[in-house]
Amino acid sequence: MDGLTLASRSVERRGYSPWHEGWRRFRRHRLAVVSTVLFAVLIVAVVAGPFVWRVSINDIDFTARLQGPTWSHPFGTDDLGQDILARMIYGGRISLAVGLAAMTVSVVVGTLIGALAGMSRGALGHALMWLTDLFLSLPQLPLLLLLIYLFRDGLKAVFGPEVGIFILIVVVIGGLRWMPVARLVRAQFLSLREKEFVEAARALGASPMRQIVRHILPNALGPVIIAGTIDVAAAIIAESTLSFLGLGFPPDTPTWGRLLYDAKDYLDIAAHWALFPGGAIFIAVVAINFIGDGLRDALDARRVI
Amino acid sequence: MGQYLLRRVLIAVPSLLGISLILFIVLALAPGDPFSDLATNPNVPPEVGLALRAKFGLDDPIYLRYLHWLVAMAQGDWGFSFVSRVNVDTLILQRLPTTLYVIGSSQLLALLIAIPVGVYAATRPYSIFDQIANTFAFIGFSLPTFFTGILFILIFSIRLDWLPFVYTTDIKASGARWLLEELRQAIMPIMVLGLFQAASMTRFVRSAMLDVIRLDYITTARAKGIGQARVMIKHVMRNAMIPVVTLIALQIPAVFGGAIVTEQIFRIPGIGSLLITSILANDTPVVMAVTFVFACLVVFFNLIADVLYGWLDPRISLR
Repeated sequence: MDGLTLASRSVERRGYSPWHEGWRRFRRHRLAVVSTVLFAVLIVAVVAGPFVWRVSINDIDFTARLQGPTWSHPFGTDDLGQDILARMIYGGRISLAVGLAAMTVSVVVGTLIGALAGMSRGALGHALMWLTDLFLSLPQLPLLLLLIYLFRDGLKAVFGPEVGIFILIVVVIGGLRWMPVARLVRAQFLSLREKEFVEAARALGASPMRQIVRHILPNALGPVIIAGTIDVAAAIIAESTLSFLGLGFPPDTPTWGRLLYDAKDYLDIAAHWALFPGGAIFIAVVAINFIGDGLRDALDARRVI
Repeated sequence: MGQYLLRRVLIAVPSLLGISLILFIVLALAPGDPFSDLATNPNVPPEVGLALRAKFGLDDPIYLRYLHWLVAMAQGDWGFSFVSRVNVDTLILQRLPTTLYVIGSSQLLALLIAIPVGVYAATRPYSIFDQIANTFAFIGFSLPTFFTGILFILIFSIRLDWLPFVYTTDIKASGARWLLEELRQAIMPIMVLGLFQAASMTRFVRSAMLDVIRLDYITTARAKGIGQARVMIKHVMRNAMIPVVTLIALQIPAVFGGAIVTEQIFRIPGIGSLLITSILANDTPVVMAVTFVFACLVVFFNLIADVLYGWLDPRISLR
């Protein structure tokens, strides 16, 4: 209903495009805009942080054990007197990188499977959807733990401790989270492939590949972007959970979850040690979720409210 | 209904088989095997090691090994734990009730929060109450369970000293005192899991209610002069619950994930903490069995969701 009035008004407005319209709607979601700024600050902080805050992540100083926030250690120190701010900047790079990389894996896999299932009219589509449903009913965290438990040593030997675990965690988290994307893409493809503009492209002799890449996929992108955003948050939580259970990155790699894991035995004397990394995870996740919510307003044309 | 139920059960079987196949492939692909210790142990002659491998069928082709494993699992022969030298099934059966108790009560708590809040928020969309509920829900499902757990311990155990943060199975008390202690130690884990679930459920309930409220038959019901409360509960809610059940069913794997974390934080002796300790102790039979039990539970709860679905929407069971 709303779309009609907008379309007629857009004649007068100059420089109108779907992206423009999306941005206009995104801006209306104030928390989403605030979250975008917050998330950008977080990314700048972890990327540029080491150049500004030049304290090493493993400088041991037993005279400054378990100190609360002070000027020399703004986020306090841990049980070995290591600076928590420096460790959080380092860990934040890993946590955010895992989130973004795992999201890429899940979106690519999900889009491929969803597109295949959406375009095929035969047994392949059914088989792929059965597979998707099967993956949806897998217990994710136990399986994640199992996979990491089984493959950790092998990958460590091939790629080195940090890179090996990074690859493993990204592939496993991404590989267990593609199902919602696949379902969304399939649903979009099923309806889009019957639309007139695709039929027109087909009539003009566009190959199936061209139909998909040029005509169907761009129109199916909105929900995928939204799901992808939420996936970043979910992947950050998944990685932190693994680290928190002591089964993520090696102990000397201070990801946010690992910091919490180390801090949980000192809650009574050094609460700051747990609160700062926990707060960082929370802020990152909440910001991403709000951005996703704003994107839903911006990109999901069917949602009128 | 009976036929529908049977069909659902029959659909659950292949997915269980599929899950077991995935688990087995993962295990078979993994480097290292349970007898690698024997090969390096100087006290075991190589031929004994080889004989053991042959006896346990480790050199058989993979499909045979899968069949053996499946048959053994189906017969209840789940092997024995390398670490505690106890049969895996007794180990799991000891700990399963605790996990189910914690998960069950937290789901109940989540429903008790989510349904009233979601329904009330949907009757007054964009009111102050709705906005507050929405914000809390957002914060609730953005707070990972391990962080809420730690925050709860910090606030209620360390600052206020109200609740114990270590779960014990042997409380030294009896009668009413025992019950009180049992409740006190269960409050925090159940709250952590329950609030996390309630957050996303509230959003599901609210949006499902809003979808139904717009429909014409609700306007008709109102036009007939039925009161607001009756329209909401009898007419809107029943239909709104149908998608909610599906969404809750989709959340079940996440619930088990949350349960593992909660059990680990509060040291609850359930199968989640069993999984973690066995992983840290390289106890492969237990790890496999617990993962499989989790998978079975997920399939089982999905089945329950399907049954509920058929009860809420009779059209589905007729199809």
